[in-house]
Amino acid sequence: MRSATYPPTRKRVVNMIMLSLTGICALLVVSVLIFVLGYLFINGALSLNWNFFTKLPVPVGENGGGMANALVGTGKLLLLASAIGVPIGLFGGIYLAEFASSRTASFVRYTTDLLNGVPSIVMGIFVYTLVVLPMHHFSTYAGGIALGIMMIPIALRSTEEFLRAVPRALREGAMSLGASKSQTIRTVVVPAAIHGIATGIMLDLARVAGETAPLLFTSFNNQYWSPGWNQPSASLPVVIFNYAISPYEDWHRQAWAAGFVLLSGVLLTNIIARFILSRRTHLAGS
Amino acid sequence: MGSSTVTPADAGNSRNLGAPKNFMERVRKGDEVAYLITFMAALSIVLITALLAQHLWANSALSRHKFGWSFVTSKIWNPVLGDFGALPFIYGTLVTSVIGLLIAVPIGIGAAIFLSELAPKKVSNFLTFLIELLAAVPSVIFGLIGIFVLVPILKTVVPVLTSHLSFIPILSGTFFGYSFLTAGIVLAIMIVPFIVSISREVLLAVPNSQREAMMALGATKWDVTWLAVIPYAQKGIIGSIFLALARALGETMAVTMVIGNVPEIHASILSPGYTIASVIANEFTEATEDIYLHALIEMALVLFVLSMIVNAAARLLMLTTGIREVRE
Amino acid sequence: MPAFNLTDLGKVRSERFGEENAAQERDIQPQFTVSNLNFYYGKFQALHQINMQMPTKKVTALIGPSGCGKSTFLRILNRMSEMTPDTRVEGEVLLGDQDLFAFYPTYLRQRLGMVFQRPTPFPKSIFENVAYGLRVNNLLPSKQIAERVEESLLRAALWHEVKDKLHVSALSLSGGQQQRLCIARALAVRPEVLLLDEPCSALDPLATAKIEDLIFDLKDFCTIVIVTHNMLQAARVADYIGFFLSGRLIEFDKATRMFINPSQKETEDYLTGRFG
Repeated sequence: MRSATYPPTRKRVVNMIMLSLTGICALLVVSVLIFVLGYLFINGALSLNWNFFTKLPVPVGENGGGMANALVGTGKLLLLASAIGVPIGLFGGIYLAEFASSRTASFVRYTTDLLNGVPSIVMGIFVYTLVVLPMHHFSTYAGGIALGIMMIPIALRSTEEFLRAVPRALREGAMSLGASKSQTIRTVVVPAAIHGIATGIMLDLARVAGETAPLLFTSFNNQYWSPGWNQPSASLPVVIFNYAISPYEDWHRQAWAAGFVLLSGVLLTNIIARFILSRRTHLAGS
Repeated sequence: MGSSTVTPADAGNSRNLGAPKNFMERVRKGDEVAYLITFMAALSIVLITALLAQHLWANSALSRHKFGWSFVTSKIWNPVLGDFGALPFIYGTLVTSVIGLLIAVPIGIGAAIFLSELAPKKVSNFLTFLIELLAAVPSVIFGLIGIFVLVPILKTVVPVLTSHLSFIPILSGTFFGYSFLTAGIVLAIMIVPFIVSISREVLLAVPNSQREAMMALGATKWDVTWLAVIPYAQKGIIGSIFLALARALGETMAVTMVIGNVPEIHASILSPGYTIASVIANEFTEATEDIYLHALIEMALVLFVLSMIVNAAARLLMLTTGIREVRE
Repeated sequence: MPAFNLTDLGKVRSERFGEENAAQERDIQPQFTVSNLNFYYGKFQALHQINMQMPTKKVTALIGPSGCGKSTFLRILNRMSEMTPDTRVEGEVLLGDQDLFAFYPTYLRQRLGMVFQRPTPFPKSIFENVAYGLRVNNLLPSKQIAERVEESLLRAALWHEVKDKLHVSALSLSGGQQQRLCIARALAVRPEVLLLDEPCSALDPLATAKIEDLIFDLKDFCTIVIVTHNMLQAARVADYIGFFLSGRLIEFDKATRMFINPSQKETEDYLTGRFG
C-alpha cells in the first residue's frame, strides 16, 4: 500500500537528488575560483621579492632578475589605452543616450557589440596591419591602440546605461532654468551618472590589463626598458606567457609572481568597483 | 514650433529674441558642438569596425587567391612548402569548444538553478559575485594553472581512467598531458561564469506566477524548476550558451599553453591539437614570407566570421528575453 | 464625495484676500495673452481653442480633474512641451507684448521659472543648486552670486534652515525643504513668472502650508501660475482661476467670483465635488 503522503516517494527522491546536484555544481564553480586564487597566492606571493619590482630581467641562470620593465610597460600601455578608449566610449555613450535617433542608436550599438565580439587575437592582427606594418616596427603605440580599441565597447555601453538611468526630472529641472541641452548634459546629467561611468571604466581597464593576445604582435616584448612610446615594450601578461612556456625553473617562479601581481590588481579593481556600484544604488534611492 | 496667426509687435527679429550675443555665449550654449563631438565619437566606432574588416580582407588576399575555398577544407599546414590549409585548426577550435561546453553547460546551468531557485538571496548574491570574479581572471593566468597544475594532474589521472577504454576512438592513444581534452577543460573553467551569470539572471526573470501555478498543483521544487521555470527561460539559457561559445572560440592564451600545438586532426581527444587562435599566436611573428602571413591573416578572418555568426545568434536569442549581457 | 459649500470657500478667501480693488488692475498689461491655442500630441488633440489673459503680479490657479490638460498647458508657457517629440502647437501666446515662440528657448526659460511636482534637487551642494541658473546663463559675476543665493533662499523661506550648511549636498534635505530649494533655485534668476506644477502634491500638510504662505508673499515679486488638483489650495492662494476640463478652458475668472458664483454648470459641479 502506498503511503498517503503526496508527492510520491519517487518524486521526493528525485527532487532531493537533483537539488543537491545543483548545489554541488555551484560549489564546484566557487571552489575553482578559490583554488585559483589560493594556488596563485601560495606560489606567487612567496616568489615575490623586492627585485621583482625593481630589476630588469637577467639572463637565464643568473639570479636577481625582476620585471620592473614589464610593470612600467603595462602601466604605459594602460595609459595610452585609456586615452583612446575613454573619450571615444564616453562621448559615444553620450551620443547614444542624449542625441541619437533610435534607429541610429541601434545601428551604433550593434556595431559596438560587433567590435566587442572580435577575438582579441584578431584585434592584435588588425592593429599590426594598421600600425606596425606602416611603422616597420613594434611599439608601445601599437599596443596601446590595440588595448584602447578593445576598451571602447564597454566604456560606451557603461556610459550609455548610466546616463539613461539619470531621471528625466533632473534634465527638465536644468532646462527649465535656461540651460541648453549640452549644458544640461555637462553640468547635471554626467555628474549625476559619474559614479557608474567611472566604475565602468575601472572594470574596463581591469579587463584589458590582463589581455595578452593583442600585445603579441603590437607592443611585442622587450628585455630592457622601453623609453618613450615608439619602441617595443614588455608587459606583464606577455612576460608571464613567455616565461611560463619556457623550460627554466626560475622563469616559472617569476611567472607565478607576476601572475599573482596581475591577478591581485585585476581582482582588487573589480571588487572595489562593484562595491562602489552597490553602495551607490543603496544611497540613490530616488 | 508655433505658427502665429497674429503678427506680434516686434516681428523684425522674430525667432531670435534672446539669441546668444557673442561667440563665447554661442559656444557655451551651443548644442551643435556637443552634437558634433559626440557624433564623431560614435562615427569613429563604426569606421574602426569597418576598417578592421577591410584590413583583414585586404591582408589575406594572397592566401585567398591562391587557395580559394580549399583553404577551409585542406588538412595540410606546411609553411616550408607554402601550402596552407585551415582544417586542422578549425577542427581544433571546434573540438575544444565543444568539450568546454559539454563540461561547462550542465555545471553552469546547475549552479544557476541553485543560485536562482534555492539559495537565499544574500547567499545567492554573494556567490554570484564570486563567480563573476572568476570571469575577470585573465586568460594567461588560467594558462599558468593549466600548465603547472592541470597537466600534471591529468597526466596521472587520465591514463588510469582510460587504460581500459582505449578501444573507443575518442579515448585512444597516448596521453602527453597537452591535448584537446586539457584545453577543453581549461575552456570550461573560463566560460562557466558566463553561463552561470546570464542563466541565473534569466531564471530570476521568470515571473513567480509560473512557479506558483505549478506549486499549487503539489509539484516538488525540482518539478517546478524543470517543468515550468526552465522551459520559460530556455531561450535566454541557450543564448548564454552561444555567448559562452563565442568566448571559447576566440580564446587564445590559455588554450595555446595546454593544447600541444600540433596541426593534426585526430579523433582522440587525448591527442594534442591546434586551434586557429593558437597557431596565429605562435607563428605570426615567425611568418617570413608574405603568403605565410596572409594565410595566418586569412585564419583570423575565418575566426572573425565564425565569432560574428555565433555572437549574432546569441544576440538574437537574448533579444527575446530582454536581459542585458554581463558587463565583461 | 463630500459636497463643498460654496460659501465656505468664500469665507476662506475673504479672510486672506480682503477687499479686492478692481481699479488697480485695469492698466497693467497682462502677463500672458493666449489666443486660440491648440496643442497636439501626435494625432491626439490635448488642448482645444484656449483663450485667456493672465494678469501680471497675481496668482492664477489652473484647476481641473486629472488629465484635463492643465499641466500640458503650463508646460507650453515655458516651452518645455518642446522637449517631448512629435508635439505641435497652434495659435498664439504673448508674453507681455512679445510672441512667446519668437524667443530663443533657453533665454525664455530664464524669464519663466518652473517648479515641478516632485522636488528635483541636483546632486550638488545647496549653494550650487540655487546658483545653477546664474552660472549656466552667466548672469552674474562670481562675487555677486553669494548675495543672490542668500536673497533667493530668504524669499523661499529656507535661508534660516540652511544658512550654516550651504555646502552640504542638497539631497540631505527633507522633501519639503527640497521643494523650497527648487523654488529658491527658480527665483535666483529673478524670473518675471513662476510656473508651479502641483508643487505640493508630494509633500505633507505642514510643508504644503509653508509653501502656500510663500506663494502669497511671492506674488509681489513675480507673476505666479499654479496648477493644482486641490481646490482648497486654490481657494487659499489664487487671485484668478482657470478651470480646465478635457482640454478645454471652461471658465476663467476672479477667484472670489468663481467660488461664490460660477457661471458654468461644469465649474459648479467640479467645485462642489460632484466629479473629479
